Amino acid sequence: MEGNIGEMGQFIGAGLACIGMGGAGIGVGHVAGNFLSGALRNPAAAGEQTATLFIGIAFAEALGIFSFLVALLLMFAV
Amino acid sequence: MAGEAEHGGSGFNIHPMDQFKVTPLFGGDSVHWYTPTNATLWMLLTVLAITLVMVVGARGRALIPSRAQSAAEVIYGFTRRMVEDVAGKEGMKYFPYILTVFLFILFANLLALLPTSFAPTSHIAVTGVLAVAVFVTVTAIGFVKHGAGFLKLFWVTSAPTVALRIVLAMIELISYFVRPLSHSVRLGGNMMAGHAVLKVFAGFAGALGLGAIFPIVAIVAVYGLELMVACIQAYVFAILTCVYLNDALHPGH
Repeated sequence: MEGNIGEMGQFIGAGLACIGMGGAGIGVGHVAGNFLSGALRNPAAAGEQTATLFIGIAFAEALGIFSFLVALLLMFAV
Repeated sequence: MAGEAEHGGSGFNIHPMDQFKVTPLFGGDSVHWYTPTNATLWMLLTVLAITLVMVVGARGRALIPSRAQSAAEVIYGFTRRMVEDVAGKEGMKYFPYILTVFLFILFANLLALLPTSFAPTSHIAVTGVLAVAVFVTVTAIGFVKHGAGFLKLFWVTSAPTVALRIVLAMIELISYFVRPLSHSVRLGGNMMAGHAVLKVFAGFAGALGLGAIFPIVAIVAVYGLELMVACIQAYVFAILTCVYLNDALHPGH
């Protein structure tokens, strides 16, 4: 066991920041699941809405990428 | 992220962040704005690949297209339909720009998946320039087309009270200015994360000896996923550009 307390804080912080990615996972799953349940009720209208699906997924996922970025910044930039 | 490789206690025999190091092509250590680096090389190769498919491949204009020509036609038609659907007829004026951005990101993402290659789109510097260019262009189009009427984008008239509209205007304003950040970080972060995951599994394979078959199978699976992510992220970047363009062309709610 060696190293300094600042480095420990960096590692713990980076680990904590990754929890945010779980939220993005929930969000993306929610978007995709709701799209699927809607698409199965009305398959004829589903094809036109795939663009909306991807936009929704992209917005939900961006926040998870932000927390990943915070983790990377803590590990490599601070 | 450069100096981290030396630090011995990290436990990786292949450091997952080493692949993103920008190094000069012709020796030397210092990187200036004019130094040809591996990033420049792979961006150049991206442009060459695009030229090969879109200009040389589609040159014949045959009625029964060759393989390269039909690839070029599929990409062109796909992007055209996307711009028309999302940004409307007025958006078609900006179709060449969106096709350029889409092709550059798509080809850079796909070329980055070649082993030992370099991923320009995994750098926030590259994606940031693309996103800021989109942001500035779209804002300029909005103000040129509508003048002060562009500010209607932030004034949600469907909200019932004025107090609520002020709160919503503040939220809309913040979300408008976060756009270039999320636009660039989404692409850069996705590419960086994917390549880092591949390298982490490669590190496991190097450490395990005969048991390396499991990480290698995992690498094949993740590689397939990355192939999909490369296309989806290029699509998402292009379609969000269309969405922002649509906001600038039709600012009312």
